[in-house]
Amino acid sequence: MLDACGVESPEDLFAHLPEAVRLQQPLRLPAGISEYEIVDYFRRCGDRNANGYATFLGAGVYSHYRPVLVDTVVSRGEFLTSYTPYQAEISQGTLTTIFEFQTMICQLTGMDLANASMYDGSTGLAEAALMAARLTSKGGLLVARSVHPEYQEVLQTYAKNQGMPITEFGYDPETGAADLNDLEHKLNDLTAAVIVQSPNFFGVVEDVNRAAEIAHKRGALLVMGFTEAVSLGILEPPAADIVAGELQSFAISPSYGGPYAGIIATREKFARQMPGRLVGETTDTHGNRAFCLTLATREQHIRREKATSNICTNQALIALMATVFMTVYGKQGLRELAEQNLAKAHYLAGKLKPRFSGPFFNEFVVSAPDDANRLLLEKKIIGGLPLDRFYPELSGTMLLCATEMSRRADMDDVAQALMPAAPALLPAQTNERS
Amino acid sequence: MPIKKVRSHISPNEVLLFERSSPGKKAYQLPELDVPAVDPTTALGATNVRAEITGFPEVSEVEAIRHFTRLSTWNYAIDHGMYPLGSCTMKYNPRVNELVARTEGLAWAHPYQPESLSQGAMEVMAHLESALLEITGMDAVTLQPAAGAQGELTGILLIRALLQKRGNPRKKILIPDSAHGTNPATAAIAGYVVENIRSDEHGLLDLAALEKSVTEDVAGLMVTNPNTLGVFESRIIAAAEVLHRKGALLYMDGANMNALVGIARPGDFGVDVMHLNLHKTFSTPHGGGGPGGGPVAVKKHLEPFLPVPRLKRAGDQWTFDYDRPDSIGKVKAFYGNFGVLVRALAYILAHGGNGLRAATVDAVLNANYIRKMLEPYFDLPYALPNMHEVVFSDERQARLGVRTGDIAKRLIDYGFHPYTVSFPLIVRGAMMIEPTETEGKRELDLFIDAMISIAKEIETEPETVKSAPHNTRTSRVDEVKAARKPVLKWSPA
Repeated sequence: MLDACGVESPEDLFAHLPEAVRLQQPLRLPAGISEYEIVDYFRRCGDRNANGYATFLGAGVYSHYRPVLVDTVVSRGEFLTSYTPYQAEISQGTLTTIFEFQTMICQLTGMDLANASMYDGSTGLAEAALMAARLTSKGGLLVARSVHPEYQEVLQTYAKNQGMPITEFGYDPETGAADLNDLEHKLNDLTAAVIVQSPNFFGVVEDVNRAAEIAHKRGALLVMGFTEAVSLGILEPPAADIVAGELQSFAISPSYGGPYAGIIATREKFARQMPGRLVGETTDTHGNRAFCLTLATREQHIRREKATSNICTNQALIALMATVFMTVYGKQGLRELAEQNLAKAHYLAGKLKPRFSGPFFNEFVVSAPDDANRLLLEKKIIGGLPLDRFYPELSGTMLLCATEMSRRADMDDVAQALMPAAPALLPAQTNERS
Repeated sequence: MPIKKVRSHISPNEVLLFERSSPGKKAYQLPELDVPAVDPTTALGATNVRAEITGFPEVSEVEAIRHFTRLSTWNYAIDHGMYPLGSCTMKYNPRVNELVARTEGLAWAHPYQPESLSQGAMEVMAHLESALLEITGMDAVTLQPAAGAQGELTGILLIRALLQKRGNPRKKILIPDSAHGTNPATAAIAGYVVENIRSDEHGLLDLAALEKSVTEDVAGLMVTNPNTLGVFESRIIAAAEVLHRKGALLYMDGANMNALVGIARPGDFGVDVMHLNLHKTFSTPHGGGGPGGGPVAVKKHLEPFLPVPRLKRAGDQWTFDYDRPDSIGKVKAFYGNFGVLVRALAYILAHGGNGLRAATVDAVLNANYIRKMLEPYFDLPYALPNMHEVVFSDERQARLGVRTGDIAKRLIDYGFHPYTVSFPLIVRGAMMIEPTETEGKRELDLFIDAMISIAKEIETEPETVKSAPHNTRTSRVDEVKAARKPVLKWSPA
């Protein structure tokens, strides 16, 4: 090969680089290590994390069981080691699964079309907001304070330089649901989108349809976010204009915050402003059904600075995990899974005193003594998320989540730690409510 | 010339999940509920509870595994062979990376679990940060961006924040005409007007043109180096000086960093901010289009503006610092695509400093070998020495009515994934070939044979090439039809 290239050493291939740019010494990195040492290194890192703990953390990332088939499928090199399916003739595997994914997301959300996935729920929500602005030719965003605080931060980052002012509307201190009076009050003709999340960050199911009615009165679109996809197995799909959510609950490991997969789904009439990849059905020259990427004229590699978004990747492999998950659970299983989550969370809540009265799915807010989480850690249980970090007005409370993986005994321990004095202080019926 | 690499084999048909479904079939088992069941309408209110999910799949476990296995066989993948997509860097994805990303304490780590119980995950992130700083020669790095395009956005927002702090965010971002389409799209999202600058006759940054374009309105220049022709921008230091003199910054798109690792460091040639694609240079799998990882590395003057949180050492523990008043905020929830970071670190650990450099050298050697072997058959419009990829033009073949897209489809019949078609835009009928370090001489020679054979077919039987592929289960797909009347989901017949 060197002869063919007309050089004596491969180093000669770099001879044309200006001397001033060349690195004059070797990289100061240790020598390469063996496969065993790599496995051992990461195992030791894993052991320094919370290994083998039960957890009651939710807040946008949920501990659900991952069916074995998920890893079996995504470990196939044909899915794992292929690129974005630009060459349709040799990418029908990926294209077909994305088409099925788009279909299932529509079935779940009640929307007409869904894209091939977004980076995650937080960026998906931001892209949905930008999409709403393009559709309405307006810029104002009205965001519920009960939307995941980190999603709100991402939204800020994206909206700031687009001339899109963000106004927050509050939540009802009794129910924990978005304060729709406050929404109505703050809504104006410059509002492009009203953004709510359901179930919201406190776990409370929002009245999305009512929020949509209010938004539509002033020509704004209703964008609904979600972080707990399993809730879609039981909750009525909302009358939103754009649904943007996070699929981490669908067999995607928590993995310390990513990679996850987001979705955007919307109405037919908004298709041309949809960001991200779309797969469509067509035929090949023999007339057989085939799939390909389509409506690419919205995308950055064609439209450059006029594109609907700057992103190139979707989260194909992660979306495939969600697709396999939805297939394994299916129509009956997703409902049963959602019902188990509902039952577990309501069992735990029944032993405690939820801070809010609104209906909830598998998360809820409770008052918590300062040292509750510390005591739970001694039992190898990670308790809830203290909310003062994001909501100073809710200091002294935490957000708890129970899923199908929460064991009854652990939930009893959590209840014990959170209400150690409960039997003495509270009447029995309060303690038993469900 | 016979097709050496492949011959056809049986490929099973498979219908869509929805067509496979029958009522009552299932592939799951849930444990017996150990708490009392709850009536959904009581708990949630009747109006909040949905009816069944119409059309959702109902298949058995065997049907599910066969469905996805059959579909998988319809894909081409790196595991099948060379995948010479220029600028995409399709290198082997080591399987140990997949294993370690599934390490229980890492895969099941919740982003909000206490820091005291996250030290292992934070150690992984800190370790990767320090390796990337050494590789790039930069001063600080954020691992938060989800992929390259988000890395770009982060980088441009950092430039904006710094200039804003100095009193004026300015209006324009300069982008060479050879740039990837993501660059202008990113600049627009960051609130900048894009001004394209023409490349010179060698396809390089034109210093005189740059000098003219850099005014007090210019925030920065986005440049890919090596550029999309695979050529190192040799005037990069002078370009940085032009920008810096006028208070503008230099952004480097690190999509082609795999040509530089161990050879040259952006931090040493004037770059202020850059992103890396972990799914290119650092071998994390593309997975059919994601997930990726797009860390952004900066020089000291941009460090105060990096996204929150920042990793910080406090005594013998890692902690997250959110108290960063100048930060651009968050570009993504949590801390980044951690699972991708694990894989990238595993790749770096396996190679070590010398191994990383050796990979760069092999990638450049492979690209140059292909160039030399194919130069007699295809037009090479820009003749400067190339690094990790080579861009031919279909000029010669187009005269016989065969275009780059046709040659690409014919390559499929020979058992290869096509090169990148029609990009960069400054080359007419571009054929952008990037072999990566993964390929040995045997696979390269098969590819070269295939390309030469196609070049000859174009002279003798151009129709064979124009109607390719012929050996795939799916023949040429009608993309026009798909766009004209979009069908974006399955509906019952």
